[in-house]
Amino acid sequence: MKYVDEFRDATLAQNLARAIAAEVKPDCEYHFMEFCGGHTHAISRYGVTDLLPPNVHLIHGPGCPVCVLPVGRLDMAIKLALAHEVTLCTYADTLRVPASGGMSLMKARARGADIRMVYSAADALSLAQQQPEKQVVFFAIGFETTTPPTAVVIRQAAALGLPNFSVLCCHVLTPPAMRRILEAPPDALALDGLIGPAHVSTIIGSRPYEFIAEAYRKPVVIAGFEPLDVMQAILMLVRQCREGRAEVENEFTRAVTREGNRKAQHLMDEVFELRDEFEWRGLGTIPHSALKIRARYEQFDAERRFTLAFQPVADHRSCDCGAILRGVKHPRECVLFANVCTPESPMGACMVSSEGACAAHYTYGRFRDMEKPA
Amino acid sequence: MNASTKSRRYVRPLDIAHGQVDLSHGSGGRAMAQLIGELFLPEFDNPFLREGNDGARLPAVPGRMVMASDAHVVSPLFFPGGDIGCLAVHGTVNDLAVMGAQPHWLSASFILEEGLPLAQLQQIARSMGRAAREAGVAIVTGDTKVVERGKGDGVFIATTGVGFLPEGVEITGDRARPGDRILVSGPLGDHGMAIMAQRESLGFASEIQSDTAALHGLVATLLQSGVDIRVLRDPTRGGLATTLNEIAGQSGVGMMLQESAIPVRPAVAGACEFLGLDPLYVANEGKLVAIVAPEDADRALAVLRAHPLGCEAAIIGLVQADPHQFVQMTTRLGGRRIVDWLSGEQLPRIC
Repeated sequence: MKYVDEFRDATLAQNLARAIAAEVKPDCEYHFMEFCGGHTHAISRYGVTDLLPPNVHLIHGPGCPVCVLPVGRLDMAIKLALAHEVTLCTYADTLRVPASGGMSLMKARARGADIRMVYSAADALSLAQQQPEKQVVFFAIGFETTTPPTAVVIRQAAALGLPNFSVLCCHVLTPPAMRRILEAPPDALALDGLIGPAHVSTIIGSRPYEFIAEAYRKPVVIAGFEPLDVMQAILMLVRQCREGRAEVENEFTRAVTREGNRKAQHLMDEVFELRDEFEWRGLGTIPHSALKIRARYEQFDAERRFTLAFQPVADHRSCDCGAILRGVKHPRECVLFANVCTPESPMGACMVSSEGACAAHYTYGRFRDMEKPA
Repeated sequence: MNASTKSRRYVRPLDIAHGQVDLSHGSGGRAMAQLIGELFLPEFDNPFLREGNDGARLPAVPGRMVMASDAHVVSPLFFPGGDIGCLAVHGTVNDLAVMGAQPHWLSASFILEEGLPLAQLQQIARSMGRAAREAGVAIVTGDTKVVERGKGDGVFIATTGVGFLPEGVEITGDRARPGDRILVSGPLGDHGMAIMAQRESLGFASEIQSDTAALHGLVATLLQSGVDIRVLRDPTRGGLATTLNEIAGQSGVGMMLQESAIPVRPAVAGACEFLGLDPLYVANEGKLVAIVAPEDADRALAVLRAHPLGCEAAIIGLVQADPHQFVQMTTRLGGRRIVDWLSGEQLPRIC
């Protein structure tokens, strides 16, 4: 496959592995967080850790849209589908995430709720056009990558004057979540650098991460989602550490610029504004970390149309999703992991999405736990 | 049936070109008899079916009997490389074949949705008849029911097959041993991606054809060669990954695959990449997984490759001792990962 195989090439991987091994100081331990679930998935699926020296540790970050969605938000979506009898359109990943009262969107569907799996926001909009007699709500989740398409459909709905389409907006922002991670006390999480987001950065550019280098003195390397991208980024991070630099570097130059996608940013700004605060699973309530629909588009805001209120819900007591999302625990350290919590019957969100740290470790890497117990 | 009463009333023939299935076709009355007589019988014709009884009276055949059943609910009904009709034959024939059995007879039950064009049903029945003749099996009995519009997906077909095991053939899922080699008969994921490409209108993937095929000929060749076959499976729903995990569990072993050795067509790999799927979990309908004794691996490969259905066969890994029964893989990159059971649905409703 052209333009893909090149980034999964075994020979280049071995070369990079040798370069990393030559660059690391043997007496140093390196802890790098890959913020994005996309990276977590690539690292696990291709077995990247097998090619790294033992003193380079990768810590999974919170960049999995489904994982950081608090239970209360899922409850709102379920309520829309069951009590308000709307057609709820959602990305497939959210279907199996446990909500309160033993519910999930999947279970709501079995109880008769009209919940549809869509590949894009545009699918939800067309559905609203096809069934004008029914309210259609798009359950909009995700970081800056999925936000511009939501902005587009809201604008289109306005242009079409669609009275039966609205959006349950749960879009969140990457930089405030990174700041929350970096505010963790060093004894809880000692990071030597961050692998910066791939797709998010195509939208927001590399500039929004510069505070990490300036205020927190941590190196950041923005990397693509292919395994060689990740390895190249690790090499660049190790070099920064070695040279005592803390800069934002861009490995993903084929898609990311410092300024990002201006058009997408303008679209987002036209349709959305900052929420005062937003509750994240695992990271707690973070000010100015999520988006809501602006007043001029309020008729497309499902929260207003159906007067929904967010009710915070505590996670399962033994579930360590929170600590795992903050990077302070590894999935294998959670008592539920691979016992009662499996991809078939997930207790927490990190076990649901293929980008979740627990699902990735369970699906691709749990054999390592048998070989060298934690 | 009163077809031979003395007052020979005129019966308007079934309007296959323009007609549609309606509720009367499932009512057990004349309309149903006519559907069977004019649409199904000509396509499936054989002496057992022609007797017109509620069941088929079959001769005794020496050897142990093997029975397998498979239900088919594909959307779309017609796809590049096949349709639900031939799929319904191949599915059950292959379940018998991978037991080492020679398939003989099939039953076919149809659940038709009100409104299904008769022309489509005829096309499906014709395809079934052709597939059965090619596979040397007879569709000897069946059933037809009609459900109201909106309660089916055009047509669902359930087939049950009966076959016979030649003397001395022992092929079951619990016979894989550490050291055994794992072979596949060709590139993976063709069927599932042919369906997905249709469904998602992926223009660039339109060249992908379903691999639906009857495998008993390929299996017979392998059996005749005298290769020590431990396990055979057809990796249908859930793909290669699911099939290997089933075998690992049954045999109490682990496996180690080489990603670079696993054949996948570029178009399938591309379509999977585009949709975020893993070809190891995508359905096949004409592929064989064979686990053979290590000393026979090269010979098995040569035998498979000499057959038209196995010309792209490959040795993809080996069985190893593992109390955890993990199916692992050395990735193309040189790392290791588990190839786990499919969790949830990767591809809903494709076979």
